[in-house]
Amino acid sequence: MILTREVAELKRPEDVVRVRQVARALALQAGFGLVDQTKIVTAVSELGRNALIHGGGGTATLEVIEEGIRRGLRIVFRDEGPGIADVERALQDGYTTSGGLGIGLGGARRLMNEFEISSSPGKGTTVTIARWK
Amino acid sequence: MGRFLLVTIQVDMHDQLALALQEDLTSRIVKDGARGVLIDISSLEIVDSFIGRMLGTIASMSRMLDAETVLVGMQPAVAITMVELGLALPGVRTALDVDKGMEMLRSRIGPDGEMTGHDPDP
Repeated sequence: MILTREVAELKRPEDVVRVRQVARALALQAGFGLVDQTKIVTAVSELGRNALIHGGGGTATLEVIEEGIRRGLRIVFRDEGPGIADVERALQDGYTTSGGLGIGLGGARRLMNEFEISSSPGKGTTVTIARWK
Repeated sequence: MGRFLLVTIQVDMHDQLALALQEDLTSRIVKDGARGVLIDISSLEIVDSFIGRMLGTIASMSRMLDAETVLVGMQPAVAITMVELGLALPGVRTALDVDKGMEMLRSRIGPDGEMTGHDPDP
């Protein structure tokens, strides 16, 4: 069950800041403690930046969800950019095509409980992450 | 003569602002002849790979300009998250707060360091 849903655009660098703020507010609403909030916001920052820089912009959909007695936060990043040719490689620490550190994608996966990525060249990329309380 | 620069990051920076800070700070190091740089990140709620890389770059650039950088005030939740993210910040010195950071700089550079303030707000 979805308790709250927010959709945020990722078109400009400031939008990444805004998505971080929305993620913080929803993580707080879902009842996450400070360390979990920080992990979620950090993962959101990495993936939001990816959607902007590699995907040429997109959206982030953030949802506070409830499954039985557990509550969590799920975020879906969608872009219609060039896609990722080799997802396995992109997930490896140190692999980068932007001159960055190459830890964003793999790091975001480590910070969350659930991580799913689907990408096809020419059609864009969707990354879904979730963390449960 | 060693002068110290204190940079307090107080806003949730977007990436371009972080890059501007990097440029701003290196020119201030040269202009002021600063020998030490304290970067207070106690207001930072996250350090992601971009900010982490920027902090590492500032430390490297400062070293080239004969200044030491000490990162101070990192929140525990930020430290936990950075390690899990895989950000180790090699070559960046840290201290728990501004006073301890100053102590560290003084012991490395000498006691004649004079603090100068610097506000990174655009």
